[in-house]
Amino acid sequence: MNEKEKLFNGGVLTEARKGAIEPPRDLWENKKNGLVIIECPQRIPCNPCHTSCPTGAVKAFKDINDQPEIDYEKCTGCARCVAVCPGLACFVVDLTWGGDGVALMKLPYEMLPLPQEGETVDCLNRIGNTVSKGKIVKVLEPMHDRTMVVHVEVPRDLVMDIRTIRVVKQA
Amino acid sequence: MSATLEAASLGCHVTLVDSDLALGGQLIKQTHKFFGSKDERAGTRGFKISEILLEELNSYKGTVEVHTNCTATGFYKEDGVVSCVIGEDEYFRIKPEKIVMATGAQERLLPFPNNHLPGVYGAGAVQTLMNVYGVVPGKKVLMVGAGNIGLIVSYQLMQAGVEIAGIVEAMDKVGGYWVHAAKTRRLGVPIYLRHTIREALGDKIVEGAVIQEIDDRFQPTGKEIKIDADVICMAVGLTPTCELLWQAGCEMVFVPQLCGHVAQRDLFMRTSHKDIWVAGDASGIEEASAAMVEGRIAGVGVAKALGHGEASEHSGRLEEFKRRLADLRGGEVGQKICQGISCCTVNEWGV
Repeated sequence: MNEKEKLFNGGVLTEARKGAIEPPRDLWENKKNGLVIIECPQRIPCNPCHTSCPTGAVKAFKDINDQPEIDYEKCTGCARCVAVCPGLACFVVDLTWGGDGVALMKLPYEMLPLPQEGETVDCLNRIGNTVSKGKIVKVLEPMHDRTMVVHVEVPRDLVMDIRTIRVVKQA
Repeated sequence: MSATLEAASLGCHVTLVDSDLALGGQLIKQTHKFFGSKDERAGTRGFKISEILLEELNSYKGTVEVHTNCTATGFYKEDGVVSCVIGEDEYFRIKPEKIVMATGAQERLLPFPNNHLPGVYGAGAVQTLMNVYGVVPGKKVLMVGAGNIGLIVSYQLMQAGVEIAGIVEAMDKVGGYWVHAAKTRRLGVPIYLRHTIREALGDKIVEGAVIQEIDDRFQPTGKEIKIDADVICMAVGLTPTCELLWQAGCEMVFVPQLCGHVAQRDLFMRTSHKDIWVAGDASGIEEASAAMVEGRIAGVGVAKALGHGEASEHSGRLEEFKRRLADLRGGEVGQKICQGISCCTVNEWGV
């Protein structure tokens, strides 16, 4: 077991693989409201990302255990799947948002305290290291079920690293 | 609950006894969203599912009698009597025509020095304390086991503001769903694959633990790592609760893939005892979604045996539930379950 396998076997995505691929860059750069990134590389019996998708962008599953496949042309970045996914494995990245060097991420969040609009938070990568600060743009609760979808402005070059945020305790 | 609902919907009178204070089994402490499809209420949190089932049960007030805080203490195969005790001193006996034994599972624990210290918990106890009674078990937890329970309980502890010092797993990959591991990792929790706990540290209470890497043959090797923690939480697996099935003389078989001794059963979950069905973790350790479908199947089986409902209704429902189970068991984790089930399933009992 090499280091990469070890990381992956412990729940850290180390490279693109089936069920966890990066959207096509050309489309992504210009897609207003963003595109979804799903990181669900293991076959498990679960399909709410598909059944909740209002545009059919998450394709129908032949077998409910299949990894999700995405038709990016149809994805509107609505983040419904972000709110619904029981594995918190869906993230939306909007590269058209804001000025130079930033992007908007729509991330699932189930911790306390809730971040406030305008607040600066820590942005964490897949192993929980703080890789940058981010600014909270919006905090939504789309399904009214305590899973928040947090819109956060982050450095554009870190959108494939950042996967969650941490509210920084005020001194 | 699922077996009761299904049997009641076909016209059976059901007495439901449960040793807990509230119905719902493990669901009442499961604050995470379920996987599966719409049929399994995917995306709904576990405790909400138990609320939905309870509401459904309430619509059978005339035909379903419920006793909580009531333990089925024994089955007497000479006359088919079940003895029950409500609380600690109110005994009664009941002689049902048919019985579904959905007694769930019990936790396994690991032997290691100092595992008697206060602060060493089973994951079930931690989840009950935290999610049923609103009591956090400590400040900093070492989780032992990265199956779904270990991963989910770690995440729930963090939601309650408790720090997770690490998750120790003997295998070389997490046993639970990868996405659950990813969820805890991104919050900064280390997962120590191929590691085991060597001992708990502390004099009167847990103050830490020593963990160590293990080799292919599970022998400790490499350097010991000291972890600070005031709670050691064991999530190292479950084993079916099957005392009543033994008492009844059901044909039992040891199936490692189902985590212990289980009753042989037919496609309707009927055991070798013609009046006893089995469902859920008592019939083999598996996800709650599958347990609920199995309960439904057992409910149909009981109704069929009692002559409630049409034959086409029984076979139609069975087919639908079998399809749902096949879906749930189609993934990586389900393969093992299917192997196990094939070791203890008979097509038909020669009765």
